[in-house]
Amino acid sequence: MAKRILTALVGAAVMGIGAHAASAATLDDVKAKGFVQCGVNTGLAGFAAPDASGNWSGFDVDYCKAIAAAIFGDATKVKYTPTSAKERFPALQSGEVDVLARNTTWTINRDTALGFNFRTVNYYDGQGFMVRKGLNVKSALELSGAAVCVQTGTTTELNLADYFKTNNLQYNPVVFEKLEEVNAAYDAGRCDVYTTDQSGLYSLRLTLSKPDEHMILPEIISKEPLGPAVRQGDDQWFDIVSWVHYALINAEDFGITQANVEEMKKSPNPDIQRFLGVEADTKIGTDLGLTNEWAVNVIKAVGNYGEIFDRNIGAGSPLKIERGLNALWSKGGIQYAPPVR
Amino acid sequence: MAIGVTNAPERSKSSGSIINDPQARGIFYQAVTVILLAVLIYWIADNTIENLKRANIASGYGFLNSRAGFDVGQSLISFTSDSTYGRALVVGFVNTLLVAVTGIITATVIGFIVGIGRLSHNWIIAKLSLAYVEVFRNIPPLLVIFFWYSGVLAILPQAREALALPFNMYVSNRGLAFPRPIPGEGSLYTLLALLIAVAATFFVARYARQKQMATGQRFPVLWTALGLIIGLPLLTFLATGAPLTFDVPVAGKFNLTGGSVVGPEFMSLFLALSFYTAAFIAEIVRAGIRGVSKGQSEAAHALGIRPRLTTRLVIVPQAMRIIIPPLTSQYLNLTKNSSLAVAVGYADLVAVGGTILNQTGQSIEVVSIWIIVYLSLSLATSLFMNWYNARMALVER
Ligand SMILES: N[C@@H](CCC(=O)N[C@@H](CS)C(=O)NCC(=O)O)C(=O)O
Repeated sequence: MAKRILTALVGAAVMGIGAHAASAATLDDVKAKGFVQCGVNTGLAGFAAPDASGNWSGFDVDYCKAIAAAIFGDATKVKYTPTSAKERFPALQSGEVDVLARNTTWTINRDTALGFNFRTVNYYDGQGFMVRKGLNVKSALELSGAAVCVQTGTTTELNLADYFKTNNLQYNPVVFEKLEEVNAAYDAGRCDVYTTDQSGLYSLRLTLSKPDEHMILPEIISKEPLGPAVRQGDDQWFDIVSWVHYALINAEDFGITQANVEEMKKSPNPDIQRFLGVEADTKIGTDLGLTNEWAVNVIKAVGNYGEIFDRNIGAGSPLKIERGLNALWSKGGIQYAPPVR
Repeated sequence: MAIGVTNAPERSKSSGSIINDPQARGIFYQAVTVILLAVLIYWIADNTIENLKRANIASGYGFLNSRAGFDVGQSLISFTSDSTYGRALVVGFVNTLLVAVTGIITATVIGFIVGIGRLSHNWIIAKLSLAYVEVFRNIPPLLVIFFWYSGVLAILPQAREALALPFNMYVSNRGLAFPRPIPGEGSLYTLLALLIAVAATFFVARYARQKQMATGQRFPVLWTALGLIIGLPLLTFLATGAPLTFDVPVAGKFNLTGGSVVGPEFMSLFLALSFYTAAFIAEIVRAGIRGVSKGQSEAAHALGIRPRLTTRLVIVPQAMRIIIPPLTSQYLNLTKNSSLAVAVGYADLVAVGGTILNQTGQSIEVVSIWIIVYLSLSLATSLFMNWYNARMALVER
């Protein structure tokens, strides 16, 4: 608590004291200090989690690395700030982190009143419910009277209230601030239901003491477009963060992978040449404030979008999440990037 | 006379310069401090406004009237997701008050028992009390809360195997469920009777004191009071036809439904705060009793006053004068420590405020509300305890 109040106080104080802290030109600041300060979550396997020696990995972490690679040509130039759902916004507002890559839902409130900018969605998600199989519940509509564990400071707790109200169901919210507290309470049987983004549920289920005894209900009750967020007022930085995502999608579109990127530079396709910065006199990278090698560096560091997905949360990971909505637009999904031209 | 004494003022005058005048210097330093402080505050406020504007973050207290959109697990007053943020803060405040007041009462009771126990001539009682104090005083309160919370969750049965207690009460790791009384028509009279009984007790006590002053005879105030406060409302209740029904908890699909529930979050916080603070209160009580000179009880003895009365009429009133000031700061500590509630998901002012802060992004406004509320709570407690202290202070006749 003391720490939490403190975080809030510091957040408030930074607004007062940090005279021109959160001002424009984040890129210059980042270049000057030599690394990107990336806000991630405190540990959600597959999305962002540190290993025993403190090395972070995951879907969101790869976005941090990709941004660092775009700027420095070196994916290791990142420092991570683990943030709970509640701590993440003050961290970004106060300038403690340069970018938030942390399963954060793009909402109008966050885009306006909270002072952030969103443009890209790196994971189309929706809120779901997890229950014990032993309860014999087949649908969320059978949940009336249940105790529901939920993390505070999320869209999750708002959707939950709306869903139960709309469907005239009773429930008892059990609200915690830290992810591990929610996990422990659900595992101990304090609640019947655990609700959060479905991607999160897949990841969290694996951390329970008996994953097989739990199931995820079919209902998805909300739209959760997750994507990186930056502070308002710095268009250049906003562009860089957005175009790193678009580069990853375009790379998958073009079939450029971590393995074949050098090879692809020799491609006769002018679109690919332009994208990889080999076109004569191209200014695309420098116009972004980066080098023309930026896209090559990103792909060399983390691969294309499909590779990031598979490695961390898809078929090649313990989570085995389907691409679904997150497949390319050309393959039945809605992941789509504007052209590099 | 001593030369040194007359010398000193003379010397300070003789040097003449205003720079060396201690009074002028004092004023100067104070003025500088005030000016610096004012500049600092102005600078912070100015920067805050400027930065908020630049960051496009909403500001002002208008959000208090907006729809909250979230539900709160524990609430003494009615609250739904359609209520306002302002009401959510009131819910949090009431929850803070609830745990603070019940915690203070319990901590005081345990603290007095343990504190007196430490002075006991019985070896086991004294050592047990000592062990209690040492254990709870040396563990951070947050750990004590986790200890109770995980203890409660781990030991109590799962919700669907709730343990049935007498009077339709059930206990499980979802808390203690008990029948909720629903007052029917005419229960107002019972309430009225209770109020009358309390007022009457007050007058009886005054009469008894005057009588004792005047005649030296004692009047059995305690028994009269008990008779009044229990008997009068009970009679009225029965006379009006016992207008009371109960909403009894019954096993539902997931939980017990109906009745009232004291959740494990409140339980663990309440127990932890009470036990933790009681350890400090015990030491204060021990010090207070020790602080009364031995001659006092010997004198009472010599006058033939029985030991029990000696404790009540001679020792305790004098010990209270030593106990109350530090006791006040323990009460304040307990109230402030109740904000550890977030750790176990109890919806106190800090937890609810935190949620609002997160949904609206208005950290400055929410933090200012926290500060004002805790400050007011602390000041109110202090004022009350000061008043009580003044009453208990030695009245010289
Ligand atoms: N997408 C939702 C929820 C995001 C969220 O915070 N989810 C939780 C549960 S999966 C989480 O990631 N917590 C990690 C943490 O607190 O470190 C939002 O943006 O509000």
